[in-house]
Amino acid sequence: MEPYRGILMGLPMTKNVTPKVLMGGDDDLPLYAPQKKIYPQRVSGTFRRLKWGLMALCLGVYYLLPLVRWDRGLGAPDQAVLIDFPNQRFYFFFIELWPQEIYYFTGLLILAAFTLFLMNALGGRIWCGYLCPQTVWTDLFYAVERWTEGDRRERIKTDAGPLTAKRLARRALKQAIWLIIAWWTGGAWVLYFSDAPTLVRDLATFQAPAIAYIWIGILTASTYLLAGHAREQVCLYMCPWPRIQAALTDEWALNVTYKYDRGEPRCSMKKGRDLRALGEKIGECIDCKQCVAVCPTGIDIRDGAQLGCIQCGLCIDACDNVMKKIGRPMRLIGYDNDINVQRRTSGNTEAFKPIRARTGVYASLITLVCAVMLHTLLTRSLLDVNVLHDRNPVAVKLSDGAIRNGYTLRFLNKRGFDRVIAVDVDGPANAQIHIVGVDSVTPERPMIVLARDATTELRVLVTAPFDEKVEKTQPVKFRITDIGLGEVASATDHFVTP
Amino acid sequence: MSAHNDIDRVSGRSTTGHEWDGIKELNTPLPRWWVLTFYATIIWAFGYWLVYPAWPLVSGYTTGVLHTTNRAAVTANLAQLEALRGEKMKALGTASLADIEKDPALLALARARGKAVFGDNCAPCHGSGAAGAKGYPNLNDDDWLWGGTLDQIMQTIQFGARSGNAKAHEGQMLAFGRDGILKKDEIVTVANYVRSLSGLSTAAGYDPAAGKTIFAENCVSCHGEDGKGNQEFGAPNLTDQIWLYGSDESTLVETITKGRAGVMPAWSGRLDPVTTRALAVYVHSLGGGK
Repeated sequence: MEPYRGILMGLPMTKNVTPKVLMGGDDDLPLYAPQKKIYPQRVSGTFRRLKWGLMALCLGVYYLLPLVRWDRGLGAPDQAVLIDFPNQRFYFFFIELWPQEIYYFTGLLILAAFTLFLMNALGGRIWCGYLCPQTVWTDLFYAVERWTEGDRRERIKTDAGPLTAKRLARRALKQAIWLIIAWWTGGAWVLYFSDAPTLVRDLATFQAPAIAYIWIGILTASTYLLAGHAREQVCLYMCPWPRIQAALTDEWALNVTYKYDRGEPRCSMKKGRDLRALGEKIGECIDCKQCVAVCPTGIDIRDGAQLGCIQCGLCIDACDNVMKKIGRPMRLIGYDNDINVQRRTSGNTEAFKPIRARTGVYASLITLVCAVMLHTLLTRSLLDVNVLHDRNPVAVKLSDGAIRNGYTLRFLNKRGFDRVIAVDVDGPANAQIHIVGVDSVTPERPMIVLARDATTELRVLVTAPFDEKVEKTQPVKFRITDIGLGEVASATDHFVTP
Repeated sequence: MSAHNDIDRVSGRSTTGHEWDGIKELNTPLPRWWVLTFYATIIWAFGYWLVYPAWPLVSGYTTGVLHTTNRAAVTANLAQLEALRGEKMKALGTASLADIEKDPALLALARARGKAVFGDNCAPCHGSGAAGAKGYPNLNDDDWLWGGTLDQIMQTIQFGARSGNAKAHEGQMLAFGRDGILKKDEIVTVANYVRSLSGLSTAAGYDPAAGKTIFAENCVSCHGEDGKGNQEFGAPNLTDQIWLYGSDESTLVETITKGRAGVMPAWSGRLDPVTTRALAVYVHSLGGGK
């Protein structure tokens, strides 16, 4: 068995050989360090309160938003936020988008990216520390773990000890709560894609479509695995943002920083007292390691800025609590940057520069994208027409020698009510228009009814007397006018003479 | 294999005991999960033989306990599709053809069905876009041999022209030359007369009075005194700009000499009534419908 255990585990084969001989040098060392179990300690303070608040806000929005109603009139869904795939509509309060308006999501993504950059330029990894779903759910799962299995020391102790019935029961309770939260997360997810009250009822009575259960299953599994088990590994190995963030940051950005100018040389309380009595200069850090104990990614902030630090600010709370107790000034760890460390060392006052070229550029880009999106949203056409020329035959000669071209016109009525439109054609001289299947009271200028919130496809024939002097291909423009509202839209194509 | 408890000094692993020029082969068995999966697939195969068709026999094959066949599955799917289609197409069978064309939903349905059926059945002669070819009428234009109303189109599709069906359209363009009714020069004269009816140029030395006389004596019974044709006999209008076989003198001479009798098959035996109605509406909606 022993020889192939290594293959089974996917690890280097044996321990009792010199790795360099087998693996050809240091370059072949594993890319991943095995996961070390982290036992973050409970902590209280400003940042912990902020995190609780933001967690309540984020989860509240996520879980409750599908239940919010928004009246759109008869026949239209009354769910405030709804992604309606079967009917190809996206509803967001007063906004209704059609598939061809998907570019608004591009705008949202650009906006999200610039907002992330701006946050980073101002206060480092604000997204990672407070708002990222991975952080929010992991934080919640850690809270459940502390509640069921006890705080840091107790968990370390029981994990090292034997498997007792009590420990098993607590662990089972923890897993059960985790699964319920994960299941609820998946359950809320599917509510964004269908009428929430109906779907909840269908789910409860097992009448819902299979795809709903499948997605609940997927989201339950991913939430449970990512927040319950992968945890900080997601931030360390899976997420690209820490890598990008490191490249985007500058020297003025505030980050959660251990102020080593104040803290070093670190020294225990007792030893510090003795050394100080001898007249030696010592730092304020008493090396109590509370900042390490509370860290959800298990790093030591005193090693400086690093990829593993999600800048959740919990070490600030932990350090502040200790500083308060021993009567030293707070914020030995705080939002700071190297510039200020240098300034304090050389006896200058601290300087902060939230308004600088970088933040100015990000803010103006955000404003610009917002303005463009708002403008296109407010001025977007709720009436549209597309045209497609017949391919075969391209043109038809009639018995009196006139030429006729056929087109397929697709009318888009994005309003929530039926409307009457008139269709005009600008093209060859004396062109006549006829819409197949439409007996209009005004044959010269056909009127048609467009159903609300729908597309209507009609076959349109344009006939013009044969004139050998004109171009073989002439532009033709279909103009549609809403009789009631006066809205117009048009589409152009060609009129072909054989 | 691993009876040789020979441990390789460098890697610390057992060897197979084989040795070539002082080089020993490490014993590297397949991973257990792999071997187990392999055995599982073998066991799976026995179950498969039992359940599904597997082994060929002299006259047939083992059908398996489920008696699954792909052919039966396809047949069932087709039956299901037909049932579904029958339900959807019901309105097409009951509404009048004119009403179908006035109802946007029914029109769209009929056009979709008609287009598919046209592609399967009519396109070989009339072209995929119904633009026709020499001898095969263009169904997009407004010139109809047998009438272009919905009902007339429907009738032509059902029974055809010169198709042998009892209700088919009948009518013949006689072979005036081959049957010796007209002489060669008379044919050339009347061909020029026919060209003049729609304003086309005539050959030098052509005698309009003679042409008119020959036309009046031979052609008016079908094509009418004014040459505007008669849909009763499928006699085309000779005064318009549309020519099924061509309008140049030599083609006209050929037509008059040998006659024409294009055949449109009867489709009543091949297409069900609802499909035929959809097809008639589709053809009518192409643009030339009266």
